[in-house]
Amino acid sequence: MARDKIRIGCGAGFSDDRIPPGVEIVEKGELDYLAMECLAERTIARETLDRAKDPTKGYTPVLLERMEAIMPPALRRGIKIVTNMGAANPMGAANALRKHAAAWGCPDYSCAVVRGDEVTDIMRAHPELPLMEDGAPLESLLPRMASANAYLGADVVADGLRTGADLVITGRVADPALFLGPMLHAFDWSYDDYAKLANGTLTGHLLECSGQLTGGCFADPGKKEVEDLAGLGYPLADVWADGRVEVSKTPGSGGRLDVATCTEQLLYEMHDPTAYITPDCVLDASGVSFEQLAKDRVALHGARGKPRTATYKVVVGYFDGYMGSGEMGFAGHNAVARAKLGIEVVKERLRRRGLSYSEMRIDLIGMNSLHANDASLAPEPYEVRLRIAARTTDKKAAEAVGAEVRSLHMQGPTGAGGGINFGARQILAVKSVLIPREWVKTEIVMERAA
Amino acid sequence: MSIRLYDIAHARAGDKGNTSNISVTAYNDEGWRVISRELTTDRVLGHFKHLGAGPVRRYELPQLRALNFVIENALGGGVTRSLAIDPHGKSLSAWMLTIELPGHNEGLGQG
Repeated sequence: MARDKIRIGCGAGFSDDRIPPGVEIVEKGELDYLAMECLAERTIARETLDRAKDPTKGYTPVLLERMEAIMPPALRRGIKIVTNMGAANPMGAANALRKHAAAWGCPDYSCAVVRGDEVTDIMRAHPELPLMEDGAPLESLLPRMASANAYLGADVVADGLRTGADLVITGRVADPALFLGPMLHAFDWSYDDYAKLANGTLTGHLLECSGQLTGGCFADPGKKEVEDLAGLGYPLADVWADGRVEVSKTPGSGGRLDVATCTEQLLYEMHDPTAYITPDCVLDASGVSFEQLAKDRVALHGARGKPRTATYKVVVGYFDGYMGSGEMGFAGHNAVARAKLGIEVVKERLRRRGLSYSEMRIDLIGMNSLHANDASLAPEPYEVRLRIAARTTDKKAAEAVGAEVRSLHMQGPTGAGGGINFGARQILAVKSVLIPREWVKTEIVMERAA
Repeated sequence: MSIRLYDIAHARAGDKGNTSNISVTAYNDEGWRVISRELTTDRVLGHFKHLGAGPVRRYELPQLRALNFVIENALGGGVTRSLAIDPHGKSLSAWMLTIELPGHNEGLGQG
């Protein structure tokens, strides 16, 4: 199905992303494809645990709410949807949608499911693999492993679309691949056409965080203005078969898309610009430039590509103990001194209970909580909030942190109020390994109505 | 005399594991000359050292008037396990912009 030009929109840039701008881009964007990126590094670990408790679950929790809003208007317009909301259970996601879609007014549609990103068995079989973070063998994480998923490329997304499906649901794929996949499918680009792969990957990288390209994460009043930030529209890309790309956003929406927003998003989560490694190519973005063609329309230039590597990156989620925390507020005269006394009281009470922590962090919110800067240099604020967070392998010790902070209401310095965020949570951490591509067996499975 | 980085450039922070990357983009060509000359890896390392951060790598994209700083060990053990209130370090872009550079009245136009 070779075409001359396609338009791809972004409908979500993280799991809990706002739904209305996704609906808006479907209704007003005149899209051919809608991609929704909803998997952060660790979310898939949580969803793998959900699936262990209930085999029908394990997909992105917001799946049904999002798709009830997005699917009917998208399918009505013939827009193909690509999403990684399958998370740890892409087929489960497809089944759940089928159960509800008729009631949403979508009785007939076809759905392709990408499987094969889950590689926990491969991890167990290869404890010798070195971790990318520190070179230590994977072995030490295996007893605490919660999930392991390979970042698949755009080829499997294109394979899904090639079935003619209206909807392609994946688990872990590289974020830009959700956008490059439709291009591979529509234009039959090959994996040795590095210039086109580079442009497509760059496009995906720019669009995958939704509103961060269009004025989100940007406004600074009086300095960097963003028109109607509240009505921020999501980004779209016009892509031509020869590899040319122009990015824009939902017509009539709020926000801003120009050289400045594109520059910030280009370098977002990018390390060496000459080697942005994806499963589809190694993008060299060091020569990228942006050309403002019109208001909210920018052409991309200068992306170069090198061949994809022989490996897939795997992110391994593992349990890493517990974190407990709590916050308490103080205001008025001597507020900071009272907050500091509260901190000492909590630490001493935890110590007398015989509880110890491998790491403890103390913040004075309003003075040093975000940048860990020297609070003694900060001006004395009218109000301040103490925060204590601590790490431990013992769940009860983690819970004690919040409980002791909470008790400052009644047994701490005078005027302790507004306590919040008392809690303990299990920490799911992640580390990465590389594995040869040929170890990973992917398949496209058509989901059918039961 | 000094120049506030905030007055001549804008910034965005991203995270990968325990590494923060912060781009710094000058508003105009004069500002670019200032940041490319003065915003060195040593200066950035000094500004982030209290976080236990380092090493720092710097990449230049002159056609965008942008520098990209990759700051290792800046995120309290990484997004997934950090005890910090901002585990992603999204707010570290603002910390970057509190740096003051040697110079006087350069690069202040909003080009």
